[in-house]
Amino acid sequence: MNTRNIEILVGAFVVLAIIAMVMLSLKVSNLASYGGDDDGYEIQAQFENIGGLKERSPVSAGGVRVGKVSAITYNNKQFTAVVTLQIEGKYQFPVDTSASILTAGLLGEQYVGLSPGGDEENLVAGGEIDITQSALVLEQVIGQFLYSKAQEE
Amino acid sequence: MIADKVLNKLQQVGYKTLSRFSRVGRASLFLWQVLLSLPYVIQRPRLLVRQLYYVGVQTLLIILVAGLFVGMVLALQAYIVLVDFGAEESISLMVSLSILRELGPVFTGLLFAGRAGSALTAEIGLMKSTEQLSGMEMMAVNPMKYIIAPRFLAGVIAVPLLTSIFMAIAILGGYFVATEMLGIYEGVFWSQMQNNVDFYDDVINGMIKSLVFGFVVVWIAVFEGHDCMPTSEGLGQATTRTVVHGSLAVLGLDFILTALMFNV
Repeated sequence: MNTRNIEILVGAFVVLAIIAMVMLSLKVSNLASYGGDDDGYEIQAQFENIGGLKERSPVSAGGVRVGKVSAITYNNKQFTAVVTLQIEGKYQFPVDTSASILTAGLLGEQYVGLSPGGDEENLVAGGEIDITQSALVLEQVIGQFLYSKAQEE
Repeated sequence: MIADKVLNKLQQVGYKTLSRFSRVGRASLFLWQVLLSLPYVIQRPRLLVRQLYYVGVQTLLIILVAGLFVGMVLALQAYIVLVDFGAEESISLMVSLSILRELGPVFTGLLFAGRAGSALTAEIGLMKSTEQLSGMEMMAVNPMKYIIAPRFLAGVIAVPLLTSIFMAIAILGGYFVATEMLGIYEGVFWSQMQNNVDFYDDVINGMIKSLVFGFVVVWIAVFEGHDCMPTSEGLGQATTRTVVHGSLAVLGLDFILTALMFNV
């Protein structure tokens, strides 16, 4: 095997590895969505209970993904969870939009669902969603059910 | 009489311990010398390219075949478990996370130790047995720079490249089984993956693992070759040790790295 052929094969090998790396970063993982970080805007929503919501959980409106959860903190004065939502710049929502934490499927991951209101003014960066609905915690639901059953009897 | 026997045993234990330690010391000094010789290799890329062919391109076929089948088998197994819960759409997540985090780096490390590591040891060991290394020294050519360092660097470069190819082909294998055989929708397959696989947490961590595995396996391979007894028997033992120690090192380090990386 002469040097030229060896070098051609090594070149092909390296190119193949680079193609694999590109596929892993763009097709398999979420690297593509990192790029769009700058052209979005952030709004906040306070929830009493966020259940299993995590950072990078999706934010959707009408089933369409419009952004992601960028930060979750705890407000120690009002004792609520503060969720920062990063919405893509091309989507606008009225100020009276409500946010609720929903579950995809029975055991699926949790996401923030936005249902737009009717106001003519739109939410801007740093705005806050006032109407929120907490996550459904299974234990609480069962507890309430048992409580109401006991009251009936 | 009995005291003599006890002393003999003690001496054996002491001798073994000391020789183990001196081996570790020799391996560390050897690594240091190899690292010092690396600038020489970077100035002469021709040497490196030739070794990349031997350790990289020639290992490619086994990596491709192994990766394809690992991905396909994982998809089948994941389906069997997940279909009971009606969650067969999560197949892609299970396949991609297990490939990216564990199987990709570990499989590549093991295959590399068996395919390329053993060949490196045998080649360098034979050079030592037939006194080619001494011959080079006689001609004032430093075998560390000319023989060992290019092979070492080529291995360290080749393993992460092979790992990324393994990961990609395994996920493609899983994709074909999931969509063609099991009837998962193509869009669901990729979107589940993209929503849940993180580039830095999963892909980059897997790559860091493969870099560490490559470094250790190649270090073991070239050291065993350079340190082997210059007989045919010693050569055989050294080659076996490369595969055994290399594989064990990969598995042990994998546990440590996983514990460090994924915050458990």
